[in-house]
Amino acid sequence: MFRNQYDTDVTTWSPAGRLFQVEYAMEAVKQGSAAIGLRSKTHIVLGCVNKANSELSSHQKKIFKVDDHIGVAIAGLTADGRVLSRYMRNECINYGFTYESPLPVGRLVVQLADKAQVCTQRSWKRPYGVGLLVAGLDESGAHLYYNCPSGNYFEYQAFAIGSRSQAAKTYLERKFENFTDASRDDLVKDALMAIRETLQGETLKSSVCTIAVVGVGEPFHILDQGTVQQMIDAFEIVGEQEGPDAAAGQEASAEPEQGAGAGAGEGVAPMDI
Amino acid sequence: MAKQQANWSPYDNNGGSCVAIAGADYCVIAADTRMSTGYNILTREYSKICKLADKCVMASSGFQADVKALQKQLAARHLIYQHQHNKQMSCPAMAQLLSNTLYYKRFFPYYSFNVLGGLDNEGKGCVFTYDAVGSYEKVGYSSQGSGSTLITPFLDNQLKSPSPLLLPVQDAVTPLVEAEAIDLVKTVFASASERDIYTGDKIEIVVVNATGIRREYMELRKD
Repeated sequence: MFRNQYDTDVTTWSPAGRLFQVEYAMEAVKQGSAAIGLRSKTHIVLGCVNKANSELSSHQKKIFKVDDHIGVAIAGLTADGRVLSRYMRNECINYGFTYESPLPVGRLVVQLADKAQVCTQRSWKRPYGVGLLVAGLDESGAHLYYNCPSGNYFEYQAFAIGSRSQAAKTYLERKFENFTDASRDDLVKDALMAIRETLQGETLKSSVCTIAVVGVGEPFHILDQGTVQQMIDAFEIVGEQEGPDAAAGQEASAEPEQGAGAGAGEGVAPMDI
Repeated sequence: MAKQQANWSPYDNNGGSCVAIAGADYCVIAADTRMSTGYNILTREYSKICKLADKCVMASSGFQADVKALQKQLAARHLIYQHQHNKQMSCPAMAQLLSNTLYYKRFFPYYSFNVLGGLDNEGKGCVFTYDAVGSYEKVGYSSQGSGSTLITPFLDNQLKSPSPLLLPVQDAVTPLVEAEAIDLVKTVFASASERDIYTGDKIEIVVVNATGIRREYMELRKD
């Protein structure tokens, strides 16, 4: 993307019919640390990578509870994300107060999208620089939506946003057909695997990621670090066991190193093989 | 020309009585379950008690439509508090919120006579008693509603707590044990339903203590 004479105002079209400020806002989302979401018929899992500015500081909060049945993970300008989360929480509280029933997720994302669109058509505003993965459960089932700064929104079976999200997306594209009927725990494991893809070799520990779950009979909540670490340990072991088996099945020379290599290969991003 | 009078009232009184007693590590909140209008009974099984937070329960008598609206307001405000502070509201915090909410409608009040009961930040029982526009006070026990004139003198006799104005500061909570306090509540309602036509049917008793919130019922006279 290069600077040009049509990118100063959000209300200026380029001759090619593009709004550059909106596109630059989408770039801001790509610069933020990764967030992923995936859903089954009954559960949705959100995960994000915790990136702290320095060793001295704490990491930014990227997953917010909006209501018992809705949660959101953000990537991009976290301040914009916080403000939008506050808006979403307010909408849910007001809807619940008036109708004594939970706000349907589809309604909320439309309201969010319309709010984002306003900022693309006012000369005194700027688009929100944050992408939101909205996970919610309502009468029509489990939903995962992605809301763009452009004001568009899409429903997904699984998605990833932020930096190095392509690695996670590739993993999710390979596995998504199994998600609909997956169990809650398998879904969380897949989320952790997807997060591992974005880490590109860095060790997956519960301190670098945050996981949240919402599902039938399970209000939205962020899993505590202990539980997450246990799940990481559980599937790391499974990964190592599968490694030697796969290696023994494939070739005669089943050296431990090769076994470990095959096990790690499952976790390493596909393009590195 | 004589001053115009309204030909209808926005309020109605649905009757009923509420009681709350604070103990060293528990709080008992009770209310009858009769809802009336005039000389008629609307239902024998209406709950006047509402859990506002983990350790905070409110019982209200008066106009139940206003009570319901008040409960919804407080529940919504509590959600906002939880989002902002990542924790439940304490009983004293809720007490202040209730007072402010009531005074907000100083010139068209909630016709709601409330007692708030629960555990404070140290786990000690606390009871707050209110008038319709939010004037409130922390006390050791309280009663509101149609039977309060019958109940309060009896509670004074059994539990008389020292004036909050006395020095040195004395504990308002009753030395009674949880089971004794519940027994006292049952006795008090049984007596009140003998003479107050608006109190009866059933008592709903809610007990807040360190282990959580527990509910029990007792039958009362149906007449």
